[in-house]
Amino acid sequence: MQAALGAPDTTGTRRPGVIGWLMMTPMLLWLFAFVIAPTLILLVYSFCQRDDLGEVVYVFTWDNYRRIFFDSDTGAFGTTYLTVFVRSVVYAGLTTIICLIVGYPVAWFIGRAPESRRNLLLTLVMIPFWTSFLIRTYAWITILSTNGLLNGFLQYTKLIAEPFEMLYTPGAVVLGLVYSYLPFLILPVYGSVEKLDNSLVEAAFDLGAGPMRAFQKVILPLTQPGVIAGVLLVFIPAIGMFAISQLMGGGTDPTIGEVIQNQFMQARDWPFGAALGMTLVVLFAVAFWFTSRHQSVVEN
Amino acid sequence: MELVNLLCAGWSGVVFLFLYLPIVLLVVYSFNASELSIIWGGFSFEWYEKLWNNGPLIDATKNSLIIAAVTTVLSVVLGTVGAWLLYRYKFPALRALGTLIFIPMVIPEVIMGVSMLILFTVVAVPLNAWLGTFTEAEFARGFATIIIAHTTFCFPFVLVAVQARLAGVDPFIEEAAMDLGAPPLKAFWLVMVPYLLPAIVSGALMSFTLSMDEVIVTFFVTGPESQTLPLKIFGLAKKGLDPSLNAVSAVFVLATAVLVVVSDRVRKLNR
Repeated sequence: MQAALGAPDTTGTRRPGVIGWLMMTPMLLWLFAFVIAPTLILLVYSFCQRDDLGEVVYVFTWDNYRRIFFDSDTGAFGTTYLTVFVRSVVYAGLTTIICLIVGYPVAWFIGRAPESRRNLLLTLVMIPFWTSFLIRTYAWITILSTNGLLNGFLQYTKLIAEPFEMLYTPGAVVLGLVYSYLPFLILPVYGSVEKLDNSLVEAAFDLGAGPMRAFQKVILPLTQPGVIAGVLLVFIPAIGMFAISQLMGGGTDPTIGEVIQNQFMQARDWPFGAALGMTLVVLFAVAFWFTSRHQSVVEN
Repeated sequence: MELVNLLCAGWSGVVFLFLYLPIVLLVVYSFNASELSIIWGGFSFEWYEKLWNNGPLIDATKNSLIIAAVTTVLSVVLGTVGAWLLYRYKFPALRALGTLIFIPMVIPEVIMGVSMLILFTVVAVPLNAWLGTFTEAEFARGFATIIIAHTTFCFPFVLVAVQARLAGVDPFIEEAAMDLGAPPLKAFWLVMVPYLLPAIVSGALMSFTLSMDEVIVTFFVTGPESQTLPLKIFGLAKKGLDPSLNAVSAVFVLATAVLVVVSDRVRKLNR
């Protein structure tokens, strides 16, 4: 029986026997069918064409990618789709920076709090973290809409005479994103702060560093893994998110998620939607590569 | 340094207010008798009663619960077995596989949604031709496709949770069981599973919550008969303010808070 399962050895490799492979099959099949296959099909589709009825024709073309980067009439670089990409990156980038500035001190505070209080504080972050972002977005809609709570309050206190449009603005989208993703930044940064050796911080102060200098030279480098994890956890979902921008942006300045969704559901140009999706994937790969390179530079 | 800590504490207070005030207002106004959200028209359970009699919303909740339950079971099986295999066996191809598992965790949901939509559409035609030769049943987007999609992004979370627990296990306890004559599967079931139980439970709770909340991927793989609660909420929220939405949200928030506290207890057992 031991042989069938794969004999343990000391060389660092342990190969499965018959039973091991049998147990592995479901997971292998699942990963192949629902992770690898969809990604490959998406890639194939992005090079396909579409007929007038919206059906996909399996004939190779670069056109979908050309349409993203070059104007179809003049051939010049730059299209509305590139603008959408830039807008999405700006929204997600702003969200990430604001989350970092707002969330870091909170993560620090929780990480440095006495053990007895830390758990309660963590639970306070976990509850919004696990609450559906739709509900949390809807909460802001009830506050910001023209007949919502904030406009009502401002009118009641005679600060404004007429309600004004707060929802359906770029600011509202960023606010919605920050509100939804703030816990995603606080939790990993907290993880790093908690591990931080207090004596190192004290040593920095004893050696005459001011709070700013200690933060810059000691605290920030030591909590960097948490910061990078948090930044990725905010930036990645924020850039593809279409529900928040649709609910709070009103559709006039769409983000890339909204445009992809539109290509698949309304415009029914799947190959073009696939090309937009693949471009987004490449953008992520670059962002990942950039952060990991940055991380190794600091480690050295 | 004292001053910095004080500032951090004050700032945290402000941030917690920012995190909770909208949710609290949402819950408070779900008891508002007035239809207009601005004016407080007195305390009332009106919207909760309407909720209870709102057929489509109740159906969507049932759908979500069914999907989340099946997703959780599948994720626990795939995730637990997967983590154990990655722990038990070591060879280069398997290490690559371990990385592959993280893809569903990090890929933007919209990409996962559209790629699954294409997959199910491409597969549907030949699959139905084949199914048609011996059964009336048809493959269409609906419960099955949602469950598949949800399991794909949920089981890695179970796997990671179980993997973390496995890191601290004594590798000899399982071998001891086998030396004493237990077949490998029995040894796994009798020795490993009980030890891993806290991690499995916390992974299961995570899967359930993730599946209950998911809207982006679900949006692409849903069918006409499988409206989930978040999809329903998304549709209603697009239309604007609606007091019954406040009531749904309040119930949802309460359920989430209970789940968070329960899984926190489980995590303490895990230590």
